Amino acid sequence: MANQKSSRVALKKAPTGIPGLDDITNGGLPLGRPTLVAGGPGSGKTLLGVSFLVHGAQQFSEPGVLMTFEENADELAQDVRSLGFDLDSLVAQKKLIVDYIHVDRSEIEETGEYDLEGLFVRLEHAIKQIGAKRVMLDTIETLFGGLKDSGILRAELRRLFRWMRDRGVTAVVTAERGEQMFTRQGLEEYITDAVISLDHRVHDQISTRRIRVVKYRGSTHGTNEYPFLIDRDGITVLPVTSLLLEHEAPSERVSSGLAALDDMLGGKGFYRSSTVLLSGTAGTGKTTLAAHFVDAACARGEKCLYFLFEESPQQLVRNMKSAGLDIQRWMDKGLLKFHADRPNRHGLETHLLEMHHAVEMFDPDVVVMDPITNLMAVGTQTDVRAMLTRVIDYLKTRGVTALFTSLATSAQSLEATEAMISSLMDSWILVAINEEAHKRNRWLYVLKSRGMPHSNDVRPFVIGNKGIELRPVPAGNSDSKAKPRKARRAK
Amino acid sequence: MSESYALKLYVAGQTPKAVRAFANLRKICEEHLRGRYSIEVIDLVENPALGRGDQILALPTLVRRLPTPIKKIIGDLSNTERVLVGLDLRPRRPNA
Repeated sequence: MANQKSSRVALKKAPTGIPGLDDITNGGLPLGRPTLVAGGPGSGKTLLGVSFLVHGAQQFSEPGVLMTFEENADELAQDVRSLGFDLDSLVAQKKLIVDYIHVDRSEIEETGEYDLEGLFVRLEHAIKQIGAKRVMLDTIETLFGGLKDSGILRAELRRLFRWMRDRGVTAVVTAERGEQMFTRQGLEEYITDAVISLDHRVHDQISTRRIRVVKYRGSTHGTNEYPFLIDRDGITVLPVTSLLLEHEAPSERVSSGLAALDDMLGGKGFYRSSTVLLSGTAGTGKTTLAAHFVDAACARGEKCLYFLFEESPQQLVRNMKSAGLDIQRWMDKGLLKFHADRPNRHGLETHLLEMHHAVEMFDPDVVVMDPITNLMAVGTQTDVRAMLTRVIDYLKTRGVTALFTSLATSAQSLEATEAMISSLMDSWILVAINEEAHKRNRWLYVLKSRGMPHSNDVRPFVIGNKGIELRPVPAGNSDSKAKPRKARRAK
Repeated sequence: MSESYALKLYVAGQTPKAVRAFANLRKICEEHLRGRYSIEVIDLVENPALGRGDQILALPTLVRRLPTPIKKIIGDLSNTERVLVGLDLRPRRPNA
């Protein structure tokens, strides 16, 4: 066994430099071999290939040749410039060659035997000129529209891919998704080393891009469909499973905004850079609790970014004012910023992207998302969980303390519905209402809080004109004798 | 019909197809364009950069630079009829 293991040569990879893609491919595309990238129109396959070339040239000292059969070179350069790639400057630095071959059937008469040696000669010339290690053919299938003799074409494509393997260039070959076959012209028959599929689906009028490694000969790879996004920084794949749990874990504590609640949390509140889930049924005071948290953070001079998925900022500010919390003053001081967005305005990937940008620009210490359950309307539970994992990972890496509110549909399902996302959270606080004869009573408890002893009390609370006030647990029921006294201090 | 024809024949080395294409082209020109044509043979193996201007993909490719518009015919030019059509020396069949 050991012998067998040592004699197995690991497949060498060419990193794409695309965040996430190198994780799900365990290092990149097969070195010195062609990879087929198939997808429908607008699925991002050209951008994936161009990213592969640009990153190769910029980060891995591997110059590249881009042979395009579709758009002309100028249009292509313009398209990718909007995504932050400056092809012209790479061309000027001799790190990239863009060659454009367009074949229009109406301009060409075919008579007798021919081959595609012209393509080979040009490709070879380009590769030699800059010592290219990477090649992209985009989209070679369009040749089937330009040439009548598909028999010659198929034989020549087979020869081309073999030729590229012999040259040892790592190639990305883009293709249109087909109806019957995987690609329109069955290119998967010729390229069997690695096949990547891109997909741009619209479900309930919301679009999501997905990527899947269909095949990767000689290598393990993530087999799931992964959402990816295209923004001004290019492509980012969100490979949730590859996230590394390597965040710093500060021991510093931050207040929940309520001294009485801090007491329940080992006496000191949440850990900095931890994640807090605040869940409960409608009208239980989740947003008010969140506002206390924000108020305390801003009072410490920290910056807070508040994502609102339900109300407008004005509405929230007004409502909090009626509960005795003036958060307008923190907005005026530039410590509090709102980012309000309807969840169904775009897909999860775009939400994630906007969150990233907003966090990057404002650089907050504290982030609130209220309520994350509204995002459920945009994607499946799995998608939302994947997205939240990504958000949490990102926030933790930045050392941000994050609070998420979650709306439960019924009191019975309080602990169950959140099971999916609760494992991502470090602390979980539940708020609820029970109805007695003529009164609705609010109460809250700490369901979990990692890394600290926390109270098991179920504490009643009221929302008055000075915000939330926790009430003592009826005598004899508390797990801490000190509680009633400290609760009074919360005012 | 006194226009002069400027023709370029793109090849890659002295392959049988290239030799055939040149011979076929000479024959057609002598028969139909005697005295008013020029043929420039461009070997891309020697001069790969020249393939770019005329968007050369398949070889051999015959390019009619003059008279305009530019016309391209690919293959070994063994089908004289089609070459003549491609060079606009024969009208295209109506259903073509």
